[in-house]
Amino acid sequence: MDMILPILYTIVPAALIAATPLLLTAMGGLFSERSGVVNIGLEGLMVMGAFAGIVGTLFFESLGFGAASPWMGILVAIVLGSIFSLFHAVASISLRADQIVSGVALNFLAVGLTVFIVREVFERGQTDTISARIFRINVPFLSDIPVIGPMFFSRIYVTTYIAFALAILVWYVVFKTPFGLRLRSVGEHPMAADTMGIKVNRMRYIGVMLSGAFGGMGGAVYAITTAGNFAGGTIVGQGFMALAALIFGKWHPFGAMGAAVFFGFAQALSISAQQIPGLANVPQVYMLILPYVLTILALAGFVGKAEPPKALNQPYEKGSR
Amino acid sequence: MMNNIFKGKLFGLVVPLIAIGFGFLAGAVIMLISGNNPINGYVALVQGVFGDTYYFGETLQRMTPLIFSGLAVAFAFRTGLLNIGVEGQLIVGWFVSVLVGITIEAPMIIHLPLAILAGALAGALWGFVPGVLKARFQVHEVIVTIMMNYIAMHVVNHFIRNYMLESGQRTAFINDTASLSSDYLSTLTNFSRLHWGFLIAIAACVVMWFILWKTKKGFELRSVGYNKHASSYAGMSVNMNIILSMSVSGAFAGAGGAMVGLGTYNYANILPSFTNLGFDGIAVALLGSSTSIGIFLSAFLFGGLKEGANNMQGQAGVAPELVEIIIALIIFFVASSYLIRWIYSRVQSNKEGK
Repeated sequence: MDMILPILYTIVPAALIAATPLLLTAMGGLFSERSGVVNIGLEGLMVMGAFAGIVGTLFFESLGFGAASPWMGILVAIVLGSIFSLFHAVASISLRADQIVSGVALNFLAVGLTVFIVREVFERGQTDTISARIFRINVPFLSDIPVIGPMFFSRIYVTTYIAFALAILVWYVVFKTPFGLRLRSVGEHPMAADTMGIKVNRMRYIGVMLSGAFGGMGGAVYAITTAGNFAGGTIVGQGFMALAALIFGKWHPFGAMGAAVFFGFAQALSISAQQIPGLANVPQVYMLILPYVLTILALAGFVGKAEPPKALNQPYEKGSR
Repeated sequence: MMNNIFKGKLFGLVVPLIAIGFGFLAGAVIMLISGNNPINGYVALVQGVFGDTYYFGETLQRMTPLIFSGLAVAFAFRTGLLNIGVEGQLIVGWFVSVLVGITIEAPMIIHLPLAILAGALAGALWGFVPGVLKARFQVHEVIVTIMMNYIAMHVVNHFIRNYMLESGQRTAFINDTASLSSDYLSTLTNFSRLHWGFLIAIAACVVMWFILWKTKKGFELRSVGYNKHASSYAGMSVNMNIILSMSVSGAFAGAGGAMVGLGTYNYANILPSFTNLGFDGIAVALLGSSTSIGIFLSAFLFGGLKEGANNMQGQAGVAPELVEIIIALIIFFVASSYLIRWIYSRVQSNKEGK
C-alpha cells in the first residue's frame, strides 16, 4: 500500500483533469445526438472553443481584468462555440446535408479559420501564452481527509468540479424535465413528436447549439488549464475521444462520465506508467489505443450493446413517411 | 433547354461548379475582411500552380494520394458506406509498403509491385475490420473507422519509434528497387518530387470505373448501395458486399499510402498528428460525385489549392490556411446541394409564373 498510494495521489488528479474537457464535450455531443443530429464536428467545436478561450483571455487580460480573464475567456468560448455550431445546424437540419459530411466539414473549417485568424493577428502559427491562469487548488477541509483528500480534492482545477456538476445537471435536464423529454423524443421518433406539437427542427437546433456551447467550453478549459496558448495542434483528437466517451457511455450522461474518467486514466497512465511497478514494461501504445479499442468493442456488443438514438442521422421532413 | 440542364445528367456537374464558385467567393470575402487584396491573392494562387513547371510537378505529386483517398471514399460510398477511416488505412499502407521496401531485397520488377501490394493489403485489412463489424454486428462504420484511424496512427508510431528509427523521427530510406521516384519525371518538372505513382493513380481511376461499371460484382456493390432490401431479395449477399466494399476501399487507401511512402518521401516517419490526406479524400470524392473522372479533377483542384497556397503566402502575404477554409466551405456547399436545387426551383417557378 505504501508503494501504491503516492502513485494514486498523482494519477487520480491527473486522470480527472484529463477527463474534464472530454466530459464537457461529451455532454455537448449528448444534446446533439439525443436530438437526432450526429456530431462528428465535436473536434472542430473544441478547436473553436480553445481558440476563443485563449484569445478571449488575452483580450480581457489586456483590459486589466486580471484573474477573472480566463473565466471571461471560457464565456467567450461558450458563445462562439454555439454560434459556430450553427454551420452544422443549418447544413444538416435545414438544408438536409449529410450530417456526417457536414461534421467533417465543420472540423476542417474550425482549424482553417482559427489558424488563419491567428496568423493574421499574431503573425505566426500560435497565439501568445496567457498569463492569467486557472490554478490548481486544494479544497479546504476535504483535502485533509486521509486517502480520499489527496486523491480527489488536492491539486485539481475548479473547472473539473464544474464539469462534473454540469454532467449531473445535464442528466437532470435530459431525463427529468419536459425539455429533455422533447429533446429525446425528436431523436427517437420525430414524426410522433411532431404530431404531439413539438417543433422538431427547433429542438434539433437547440441540441446542436448546446453541443457548440459545451464543446466550446471543453476546448477552452483544455486550452486554458493544460495548454496555455492556442495553435493548430492544440486540439488533436480530444473531440473524437469525447465522441468515443459518449458512445462508450451509451449516450447517457453518467455513462459518458464514467467513460471520460476511464479515458482520462488511460491518458494519465500512458504518461506516468514508467513509475508504476508492473506497468513499466507495458508499451505505451497499449494505453494510447485503449480508449479506441474499447469503444469498438462496446459498439460490437462485447462490453454491453450501445444503441444510438433511433432517428440519429436522419433529416426530418414534414409530411414524409 | 435550361430546364434540361438542371434536370438531366448535367445537374451533377452544376452543383460542384456552383459550390466551387461559392467557396472561392467566400475566400475572397475573407481576404477582403482580413485586409488582403483578393485579386492579388488568387493571382498568386494560380501562379503557384501554373507559374513554374516545378510547382506544376508538385501539384501532380500532391494529387496522387488524394486521387487514391478519393477513390477509396467513393468506392465505399457506392455501396452506401461512409469510410471515414481512409486516413488510418492510408497510414498503415504507407508504413507497410516502406517496411517491405526496406527489409526485402529483390529485383525491381518483383520488389516494387510487392511493396505496393503490401501497402494495399494492409489498407484492405484496416478496412476489413469495420466491414465485418458492420456486416456481423450492425455497428455503424463511421465510428469504428474513426477509432481505427487513431489505432493506426499510434500503432505505426509505436513500431517506427521502437524498431525502425534511423535518424530523427523517420525510418531508413527504402531500397531503390522499391522506389517510385523518377529522375525522368523529376527533371521534366524542374526537380519536383513528381513520381511514377501519378500514372498509377490514373490507372487506379480506370480500375475503379471498370470494377464498378463493367463487372457483375460492381453491379452488386452499387445495387446494395441503392437499395439493400431489394438487393437482398434479388439474392445478393448484402453482408458479403459490405465487407468486400470496405476491403477494396481500404486497399485503394493503402495503395495511396504506398504512393506517399515509395514515391514522395521514400521513408515513413513518426506522425505527430494525422496527414489529413485521408480526410481530404472525403472532400475529393464528394466534389467528384464519386465518379473516376470527377475524382481526378477534384484531386487536381485540391492538390493545386494546397500547392498554390505556398506561393499565395510568399507573394501575396495571405495565410495558407485560407485554402483549408475554402475547401471546408466547398464541402458544406456540395453537401447542402438541396440549397442550390431549392434556389434554382424558385428561380424557375418565378419564370414560369410570368
